[in-house]
Amino acid sequence: MTAAIEVASVGMRIKRATLLDGINLSVRPGETVAIVGPNGAGKSTLLRILSGDMTPSTGSVLLQGAPLKSYSADRLAARRAVLSQHVNISFPFTVEEVVRMGAGEMARAKAQPLVDATLGEIGLNAFRDRELPTLSGGEQQRAHFARVLLQLAVGEAKHGPGVLLLDEPTSSLDLRYQINLVEIGKRRATTGTAVIAILHDLNLAARFADRVVVLHRGRLAATGTPRETITNVMLRDVFEVETNVDLIAGPLPHVLPQAMQAV
Amino acid sequence: MSAADAAAPAPVTPSANRRRRPRAVVVAVVLLVLLLAVSLLAATIGAAGIPFHRLLPALGLGGTADPATFARDQLVLWSIRIPRIAIAAMIGALLAMSGAIMQGLFRNPLADPALVGVASGGAFAAAFTIVILDNAIAPNAAAKAFELLPLAAFFGSLVTTLLLYRIASREGRTSVAIFLLSGLAIAALANAGIGLLIFMADDRQLRDITFWLLGSLGGATWSKAGLLVPFVAGAAVAMPFIARGLDVLVLGESEAFHTGINVERLKIICIVLVSAMTGAAVAICGVIGFVGIVVPHLLRLAIGPGHRLLLPASALFGAALMVFADTFARVLAAPAEIPVGILTATIGAPFFLYVLLRQRALVGS
Repeated sequence: MTAAIEVASVGMRIKRATLLDGINLSVRPGETVAIVGPNGAGKSTLLRILSGDMTPSTGSVLLQGAPLKSYSADRLAARRAVLSQHVNISFPFTVEEVVRMGAGEMARAKAQPLVDATLGEIGLNAFRDRELPTLSGGEQQRAHFARVLLQLAVGEAKHGPGVLLLDEPTSSLDLRYQINLVEIGKRRATTGTAVIAILHDLNLAARFADRVVVLHRGRLAATGTPRETITNVMLRDVFEVETNVDLIAGPLPHVLPQAMQAV
Repeated sequence: MSAADAAAPAPVTPSANRRRRPRAVVVAVVLLVLLLAVSLLAATIGAAGIPFHRLLPALGLGGTADPATFARDQLVLWSIRIPRIAIAAMIGALLAMSGAIMQGLFRNPLADPALVGVASGGAFAAAFTIVILDNAIAPNAAAKAFELLPLAAFFGSLVTTLLLYRIASREGRTSVAIFLLSGLAIAALANAGIGLLIFMADDRQLRDITFWLLGSLGGATWSKAGLLVPFVAGAAVAMPFIARGLDVLVLGESEAFHTGINVERLKIICIVLVSAMTGAAVAICGVIGFVGIVVPHLLRLAIGPGHRLLLPASALFGAALMVFADTFARVLAAPAEIPVGILTATIGAPFFLYVLLRQRALVGS
């Protein structure tokens, strides 16, 4: 099976600094992948390479078997959607107008049912006529998530399952919507979308991901199931905290703040 | 009621800040009627007044002509007043559209080609043409006025816009403070250059430059109006192609790319459009400021920021506003004419301050 998205021996150097080195990662359709790691590990750089914002200094990126560079902006947009970390807008677009931007060139009448469905799924129906700059950070983030989901849905209707890239999608969200977002991401994966998210909350990452990718100083420190990667050894080597992830019994590891100690 | 229902908080119904957008057709009709009404009003007012009951016959739209005044009315209308109204409308449309496009491009409601030096860059290039190239091509003076001046103003505006973009944008983000301040510096530089040219100019050139720098629509002719037509038409053709891109660009350059926009191409199209429109306007009537800020800002309050409607609406509203301002400039100190640039600046500058204070958060204080 062709990988949904694949990077091989990817390295990124800017001037003398090495941001990424020797990254190999292949994500299957329908797989959920969490990218975790300490600050400055190269997570955002990797996501920007996957999204096409950056061209790596070395190595290759393939989207559905073809080099990422061979896609034009609009063909790329039909196959992968990206939720950026911070989006500030200075014009008073309403929530509905922002979400509709995800529908691209699609005629307004044709897009409207999709816009309505997405607003409903994200729980933004009551906010649809509000101007985005008047909303809280979390509400704005959800509106942008809805826009990105709509873009994904429009693209997938034409070209089949695509790739969803999320850069710290939960950073401004309250607990309820963090869980909500993770559930929506997993739901998309069941229909074949490859979902890749940078997550800081390791417990959320364990709940979300089939596979966790641990980055450390620009290199892959570990990759595997949450059980295999979120371990006491990894937390000590990569995050420099001593802890015990097995204090609570169950299939998933638990990283408890009470049990942590900085090395 | 299930446990899940009980856990979910009742949906809040936010009634504050609700925005319903007016329909595009309604907006278009209202603005067209406004433009028509202002134009008719402008046609009746002037040194030779033509009251309404004489206006329709003189326009050839029926009614009974008064033989005593008919010939004079017709002459005044067709050779003085109507070309002037046409030029005012097209200049207003060009300035308002270039303001709206520039604001979209820089994601900043305070951008205006006149304010940030783009118009000054065009004016400098045009003044350079008047003073320096004058001697070189004196035998073809007529050709100069109609072909070289707009071309020079366009390149002057283009160079300034590119320079401004280079300075103010870094990694897809534009700092509002750097943008405005660097625009100020560029305008100061261009104005210093114009000052030098004025210093070097002989008496006739001096009169040419000064009259035209003040921003006046005096001396309107059909041939000048004809010169503006391709620019207005070009902008009208380009508008639908850049509208969606400018909407998405509001999210940021990366996001616009993620959404499928060829950002580099969009930026180039916008920069060329803004430079061409500003350059054409400057070449005909000098620097007229603030129309590009006032018009799109008022329209965004009424019809929202979507460019598909904002750009054509700016053209119509800018046209109406300019025809009105020019008429006002003609009657305020009649029989003398106040240059309309002075009038727009008098109204526009306080308006700019008002927007600036409302947008304080954007400037980062």
